[in-house]
Amino acid sequence: MSDSRVQQHIVGPSPHITSKATCSGIMLWVVAALAPAAIWAIVNMGLVAVQLLVVTIGVAIGTEAAWNAIARRPQTILDGSALVTGLLLALALPPRTPWWMAAVGAFIAIALGKMVFGGLGHNLFNPALVGRAFVALSWAGVLAGVENRGWFRTLADVSAEGYDTISGATRLAVATADRAASGGYGFDLVAQYEPLLLKNLEGSLGEISAALLILGGAVLIIKGIIDWRIPAGYIGTMGIVSWAFGSDPVFHVLAGGVLLGAFFMATDYVSSPMSKKGRLIYGIGCGLFNALGRFVGPMPESTTFAILFMNGLAPLIDRMTRPRVFGVVKSDE
Amino acid sequence: MGGVHPPGHKERTAASAVERAPVPERLVVPLSQHLGAPCAPLVGKGDRVERGQMIGDVDAMVSAPVHSPVSGVVTEVGVTLTAGGQRVAAVTIEPDAPQDLGSFVPVEDTGDARARVRAAGIVGMGGATFPSVVKLSPPKGMAIDTVILNGCECEPFLTCDHRLMLEEPEHVVAGARHIRDIVGASRVIIGLEDNKPDAAAALRKVAGSDIEVTELPTMYPQGAEKQLIYALLKKEVPHGKLPAATGALVHNVATAAAIADALEHGRPLMERIVTVTGAVARPGNYRVLFGTLVSDLIEHAGGFVGDVERVIAGGPMTGQALGTLEVPIAKGSSGIVALEKGVAARAISDDQPCIRCGRCPEVCPMGLEPYILATYSGRRMWDAVAARSVIDCIECGACSYVCPTKRPLLQLIRVGKSAAMSKGAK
Repeated sequence: MSDSRVQQHIVGPSPHITSKATCSGIMLWVVAALAPAAIWAIVNMGLVAVQLLVVTIGVAIGTEAAWNAIARRPQTILDGSALVTGLLLALALPPRTPWWMAAVGAFIAIALGKMVFGGLGHNLFNPALVGRAFVALSWAGVLAGVENRGWFRTLADVSAEGYDTISGATRLAVATADRAASGGYGFDLVAQYEPLLLKNLEGSLGEISAALLILGGAVLIIKGIIDWRIPAGYIGTMGIVSWAFGSDPVFHVLAGGVLLGAFFMATDYVSSPMSKKGRLIYGIGCGLFNALGRFVGPMPESTTFAILFMNGLAPLIDRMTRPRVFGVVKSDE
Repeated sequence: MGGVHPPGHKERTAASAVERAPVPERLVVPLSQHLGAPCAPLVGKGDRVERGQMIGDVDAMVSAPVHSPVSGVVTEVGVTLTAGGQRVAAVTIEPDAPQDLGSFVPVEDTGDARARVRAAGIVGMGGATFPSVVKLSPPKGMAIDTVILNGCECEPFLTCDHRLMLEEPEHVVAGARHIRDIVGASRVIIGLEDNKPDAAAALRKVAGSDIEVTELPTMYPQGAEKQLIYALLKKEVPHGKLPAATGALVHNVATAAAIADALEHGRPLMERIVTVTGAVARPGNYRVLFGTLVSDLIEHAGGFVGDVERVIAGGPMTGQALGTLEVPIAKGSSGIVALEKGVAARAISDDQPCIRCGRCPEVCPMGLEPYILATYSGRRMWDAVAARSVIDCIECGACSYVCPTKRPLLQLIRVGKSAAMSKGAK
């Protein structure tokens, strides 16, 4: 038996117990939820996918580590957020994006998307989307998937020679062009459900399988890591607006970056609202601007800018949707 | 609304019948075991005292006299550290060798129930230690129609109220009726969480048709006064008003039992049930004389096992971490919980960022935004914290509990709250 009179104990303020949730634990769940899609992309695309993932994740973590070292701040790479940013950026880029372009994107994501604001928790915009937006605006052709920038071809390009992914237009781009030209579609949208759900080699890496993204998103919702209101508002609005424009709602949810955006990008804690009501409004806003970009604007791939725009509105939404304090009635205020 | 579901850890002691802890070699009885004016000693060194004899009192509205829990000799009138970390006057008593705990000096019956409750030194035994007589005397014009007994015991680890309701339900029910009659209420509800079905059944068996026994979802802080009133009556205590404004008066079940003892037998408050649990060899529910040192109680419970990191007086959500075990058990000591490494919260550091996950506003039972309050407090923006209703914080700790980056939210909010209150903010 120990002598209770000489024990030394920690004194601290209550509460003296805490939940098991940790920042890195949450980040690892997000990585786990994205892993099936990333692995399926590697299985189908091979080295080209591995290269993209390694470059974005490596540069993202490296940039954060270097920033902290230069700024003499405590090292933060173990919180897992740079890993998530790198992974998300890879999944949001076409698989044959030249490696240096992906590296620039990852550097911008971490440096200008997060660290300049003071690091995790202080950024206004989703870092991965900042990186993707930078790449998309700087080298628009690559992300639209319509131009083959063959002179920057990488080693991996060679091994992926069989794919027409980098030079061919995506189903979504074709559908959008058809619609603009004739008001109708030159192919059956319903017939595209199956490839979009299970195995799609067009567009960005993460578009490989809508089913795996939905699975990952469902896991995060069930684990209480993300709030269902954001993807529900997002996807619901996307579907309704597509339908209102006389198009196929399911195709427009499955095609392009909508699912990756709704489950994994828009739900980024730091850049989304805090209140439940606010999150629903924000999700609806993301879906609305994404759909308008597709049907009214010139961009079939408007996911990035729809979410970045709503990121900017998140603080305003928080202000508008503050919770009611217990015991306070409207007339008290 | 709000709330968290920490692991209960109650299984260690929920089935342990209440046992009397031994009379220690000396008792250090604090003269301030309540919220309010401290008592002045009524005895001096060398005096003989009887069990139940009043040894401290003060002429103040918000106060409660203190009685000797044993017959014996006063060896010192000095100062002790309390579980809460304050230095207060205390009477040290050496008990008579064979101690007769069956008898005591009863509190005189003057025919005034409120006066007798005060003279018996009864305070809120849920932990707040607010003198019961004050709550039994609501301000003029504030009619009480419903008496609520709080048997929620929503704090993890604690089972003292559970065992009391299970072993002495008639005692609790009698106290409820006394309180109802004193304040002139018509309705009595005993509210408890649904993790204690045996206690609910025991209460129902003796309750009769005049007393409702209501089981509520197990959730922390279900037993917080405002949350309990809302759960049972669907009435919110208006901002800035007393809970009595809803017509409800809440007393802890142990307080009710003590009131019954005082009014029926003239028994002053001299002991209570304390749950001693966590990393101790023989966890249990012990009936402990006030003034028994925590170290004596831990020894009686077989000592610590494993790597004990924090020892808590009260529950782990709202209790106090003890720096020394040489502090006495008092009227508000519901439990002594030894938290092992891994169970105890890590030492706090305030340099972790808020990642805006949204968990703290979701769990706040008061509808506050803890992350904003904590940030403003950290920046010493006192007007801003006041404007965000910081004084409504009930300090339940649910925000700190859920925070994934383990920010010391409640501690920062406490700083902001005291600053806002001292500036007289509304």
